[in-house]
Amino acid sequence: MRLSYPADIRIVRVPCTGKVDLIHILRAFEKGADGVSVVGCMEGDCHYNSGNFRAKKRVAQARQILDTVGIGADRVQMYNLSSSEGPRFARFAEEMAEKIRALGPNPVRAAANQMENQTGGGR
Amino acid sequence: MIVAEKKPMEEIIEEVKRFENILVLGCNECVTVCEAGGKKEVGVLASALRMFFLKQGRKMRIDERTLERQCDPEYLEEIRDVADGYDAVVSLACGVGVQFTAEHYPNLPVYPGVDTCFMGVTEARGMWTERCQGCGRCILASTGGICPVARCAKRLFNGPCGGSSDGKCEIGKDTVCAWQLIIDRLRALGRMEEYERIAPIKDWSTDRAGGPRKIVREDLAP
Ligand code: SF4
Ligand code: SF4
Repeated sequence: MRLSYPADIRIVRVPCTGKVDLIHILRAFEKGADGVSVVGCMEGDCHYNSGNFRAKKRVAQARQILDTVGIGADRVQMYNLSSSEGPRFARFAEEMAEKIRALGPNPVRAAANQMENQTGGGR
Repeated sequence: MIVAEKKPMEEIIEEVKRFENILVLGCNECVTVCEAGGKKEVGVLASALRMFFLKQGRKMRIDERTLERQCDPEYLEEIRDVADGYDAVVSLACGVGVQFTAEHYPNLPVYPGVDTCFMGVTEARGMWTERCQGCGRCILASTGGICPVARCAKRLFNGPCGGSSDGKCEIGKDTVCAWQLIIDRLRALGRMEEYERIAPIKDWSTDRAGGPRKIVREDLAP
């Protein structure tokens, strides 16, 4: 099955979404990501029972923090699917990419770039 | 352990926004266990602060460090060589650590990153409850190991009061009546005769009401 999904997303593999910590999500934004989606198994289907529920809570915490720092909660989103659902993954990826395109680039990266340019130009 | 809660980030931002070089300083013990001020929380707060100020067009230096404890001089000394490089510290230790850090670095403003709440236990994952108020004269021997100072709303020594119903305290349905617990436990231990004994008036001079406290151990002092 060959499916296409947006080329500008980067996949970070984890053994279970329960492995995804709040700091991983924040670091992604700090390093310039425009959006982060956490894609886990269906609720109730976690091999480790509660991994995806933990991820869900962390995504909720990340959303709150992103709102506080001015990046915006909407740039992070949790999706659930089962491992055999390739087409659904592609659809989620497309949906997220569209949402992020509409939101524009990560404002922190934009601000940092602007500062770089200013100091760069001054020297 | 000492149980603390993270302060709202907005409050911390307000305190530190006028500085340029900030150290977010965690503590590896109590506040790590209650997930308020350990290495993880330091990382999250520092990352969020960096992003917040960058977005405002301010390139601040916000570093992360976590000490074994902030209530012991030897660990606080570990930042001696770098302390000069900062204009402020946000300490995620309990109030003890915040103050001791400030005492050790008199020229460095130290801000609390958590609200210190009480001495307590991890009752379940994500739930902490109070057990001790450090009154300085432990009476647990006569109360079946359950503390009426910390757990009875009225701090009664010969309870329960008339407000106890169905095992709950009259202050709220979520609060167990400490005296119900004491009686249940003494009964289970076959020690109900101890309940019948009238507790003498407690010596409160060792409690906080007697002023800040101090212990000096001649056998340990240098
Ligand atoms: S500084 Fe506070 S939180 Fe840290 S070990 Fe000491 S008492 Fe516990
Ligand atoms: S109901 Fe129980 S815990 Fe509450 S004040 Fe009375 S004796 Fe104390």
